[in-house]
Amino acid sequence: MPEILQYGFMQRALLGGLMIGTIAPVMGVFLVLRRLSLIADALSHVALAGIALGLVAGVYPFAIALLVCVSGAIGIERLRTSGHLQGDAVLAVFLSGGFAVAVVLISVGRGFNVDLFSYLFGAITAVQPSDLWLILGMGLCVLSAIVLLYKELFAITFDEECARLQGIPVDRINLLLTILTSLAVVIAMRITGVLLTSALMVIPAVTAVRLARSFRATLLLAVAASLAAVVSGMVAAYYFDLATGGAIVLFAIVLFAASFLLRRAR
Amino acid sequence: MTISEISPTASTAVKPTSVAALERITFDYGAERVLEDVTLSIEPGDFLGIIGPNGSGKTTLLSVLLGLRRPTQGGVRLFGTDVAAFRESHRIGYVPQKATAFEPRFPASVFEVVISGRVRRAGLGRRFGPADRAATLDALHTVGMQDVRNRLIGELSGGQQQRVFIARALVTHPDLLVLDEPTVGVDIEAQDRFYALLRALSLQGTTLVLVSHDIGVVAREVTRLACLNRRLFFHGEPGEALRSGALDNLYRANSVVVTHDHHHHGRSSRYA
Ligand SMILES: Nc1ncnc2c1ncn2[C@@H]1O[C@H](COP(=O)(O)OP(=O)(O)OP(=O)(O)O)[C@@H](O)[C@H]1O
Ligand SMILES: [Mg+2]
Repeated sequence: MPEILQYGFMQRALLGGLMIGTIAPVMGVFLVLRRLSLIADALSHVALAGIALGLVAGVYPFAIALLVCVSGAIGIERLRTSGHLQGDAVLAVFLSGGFAVAVVLISVGRGFNVDLFSYLFGAITAVQPSDLWLILGMGLCVLSAIVLLYKELFAITFDEECARLQGIPVDRINLLLTILTSLAVVIAMRITGVLLTSALMVIPAVTAVRLARSFRATLLLAVAASLAAVVSGMVAAYYFDLATGGAIVLFAIVLFAASFLLRRAR
Repeated sequence: MTISEISPTASTAVKPTSVAALERITFDYGAERVLEDVTLSIEPGDFLGIIGPNGSGKTTLLSVLLGLRRPTQGGVRLFGTDVAAFRESHRIGYVPQKATAFEPRFPASVFEVVISGRVRRAGLGRRFGPADRAATLDALHTVGMQDVRNRLIGELSGGQQQRVFIARALVTHPDLLVLDEPTVGVDIEAQDRFYALLRALSLQGTTLVLVSHDIGVVAREVTRLACLNRRLFFHGEPGEALRSGALDNLYRANSVVVTHDHHHHGRSSRYA
């Protein structure tokens, strides 16, 4: 067994990373094609507020983040579909609002700087056994929902009006997609950190959109690109003592750049 | 009160067998009245043409008819069922005016786009089966697009895309096919093929509704003609519309509307 796999924390990080690396880009493809890339950023900042709240209150921050993030997601979807506000304006409010709450809470409880740092930037050692079960469990929920609703999600993403005409419950599925996105954000945050979560969702997705010849291929390619980035990023972070999230995202960007060259070569 | 009792201005009596029936429909976008007191019924086997100037409410009328928008006043029935309770969406095919306005780099193959018309037919939580794939290939054959089924939708020309969207509308073998300006940007030869396809569908018993600006072609092809400009100016035989001068009224009415409250999406009217 290579040295890197001998440590429990590394095994947990890799397992969690594989799950996150699978669901994040799938959600990312739907977000990118609906021009909602910013939603992941907004939700991860809302989740940060939840983390800070959990740390201040001394409750399991992961769970609080999950609660806050899902409520935030529902709020965003309600405001966005009410039609009173521009969609991206709603996202901007939630993004800065979440961050502001987090910063205020941080200034209230000064003692948890180190912990918070790991949530902001992700940490390879951060995945506790309890976290891993949560990541795997929630990841499976997200994945099975996507598989079950695959054709509905395609129809809605490609042509919402036509989906409505068919009698597909568009509003409910859109809400579900937002909730699934918030689950993906919260679990991805553990490894990539708040600030880089949306990158793991969006960059492999746009890489795949540039290359794939069908929607199914887009999803598979996005997952492949993301898993490659997650594994190489984690290995590099381990051997060279780098920030995990940053290393993963840099590998994802390398693949994105390669997609430009590949397309030009066609 | 039954629907047949409240049709004083009806040009056609609404029958329970009607494929679609609009009963005294009024529709407002905010303060702007776009449709006023429109009563119109579509009978099985009709090939109905709808004409009217830009901004006259044709697309809005279709979306009310299909249950995509709720009218401010009035009722809509599809195959005898109130539109709000109508669940047999596979009996309706729709080719929207903006069908080709999708995100141009959307990574979907032609096949995926067409089969997406069968999502509800396949059922929630189920995967597409052999019947769905066969119907998709069949629909692609019907519009002559079977050879490009693995191409990306965004790589096709506008006219080819239009045919793919017609295939998507046909993929459930609908009894009613609704087309909103489907021949815009389609060359003459392809238009001929397109109208031949509509004639064939009509012969097979499909009820057709076609919105078009091409009055000459519409008058030649359709069996019924509706002239719309916020209100319904005429509904009947196309020949009668030409003889009765309904068309002159239609476009004269438009010039009046223009000076009052007519805004459309920045396109210049062909009838100015
Ligand atoms: N979503 C909307 N919100 C507000 N007003 C709208 C909307 N869609 C259409 N309108 C207005 O309603 C009127 C009718 O529009 P509609 O699209 O039904 O016309 P149309 O007959 O289909 O025109 P065209 O020939 O240009 O397609 C226009 O004045 C238009 O500006
Ligand atoms: Mg229109």
